[in-house]
Amino acid sequence: MVNPIKKIKDRIGANWFFLILVILAYFIITLFNLELLKESLLASWNIFKEVIPVVFLVFFLVFVFNLLFSPDKIIKYLGESSGIKGWIISVVFGVLSSGPIYMWYPLLKDLKSKGMRDAYITAFLYNRAVKIPLLSMMVFYFGWLLVIVLNFYMIIFSVINGYVVEKIIKRKEQI
Amino acid sequence: MEKTKIIDAGKQLVNMIKMSVPIILGVVLLVGLVSKAIPQSFYSNLFTGINAIDAFIGSAIGSIAAGSPITSYIIGSELLNNGVSLVAVVAFILAWVTVGVVQFPAESLMLGRKFALARNITSFVTAIIISLLTVGTVWLIQ
Repeated sequence: MVNPIKKIKDRIGANWFFLILVILAYFIITLFNLELLKESLLASWNIFKEVIPVVFLVFFLVFVFNLLFSPDKIIKYLGESSGIKGWIISVVFGVLSSGPIYMWYPLLKDLKSKGMRDAYITAFLYNRAVKIPLLSMMVFYFGWLLVIVLNFYMIIFSVINGYVVEKIIKRKEQI
Repeated sequence: MEKTKIIDAGKQLVNMIKMSVPIILGVVLLVGLVSKAIPQSFYSNLFTGINAIDAFIGSAIGSIAAGSPITSYIIGSELLNNGVSLVAVVAFILAWVTVGVVQFPAESLMLGRKFALARNITSFVTAIIISLLTVGTVWLIQ
């Protein structure tokens, strides 16, 4: 017998199914805590306003990458044999990118489908934690020494994590 | 530039938008919900006073929490004022930005379940290691 939930998920797509589940969670909250619903919707609206420019930037980049970089070029710079060049590109772009982490999934999905290594995606995502615009605020709360040391380790570990994640995925694929 | 190339790039963009918009909307709503459902006062009651365990707890709470990194700095600073160890606070603010339990469904859908699982678990463990190394290094320098 076919699972009815899986049937709905297959019919509408996992992306819409996910959104419907979140909306359902909001409906359930409405039944118990109207104040939380209002606060959550307001918080979501504020996040939405913040992320809109990043959404446009990411979609623009997807278009430009599709236009200018063929899969061959992606493989050359971010593929299996890109070596140190690929690490530098992933780390630098990870540090420079702004906005929430999930805004960058569409671009990374596109690059992955064209041959970008999982290790570089991991390094990029990890370096999203090195937030240059927020450094002054971090120094204010935790002191410059801790901030420098922490960011140094974060960049080093972004590369180590890249290797580890790739190894785990390859091992799982072999099993 | 070839016209067909622009049309192809446009088509790929439209497909990407169709795939991503519901996921982005879902994550934004989920982050909004989690950030309000967990009160800030909730965090400080969970720590034990033992560095290694607190680093683990800090990383775990940071992984589940959601919202702007600025919020994690403010909560982290409050935790320090309440006597929570620096190791725990560093693990907390680091896991906040590197591990995403709330974003996990979106990451899974876009980048693959295996990748999302491996990346989040590795980042969780790394938050603990980096917090211990950072606090150790700062202690040595000072």
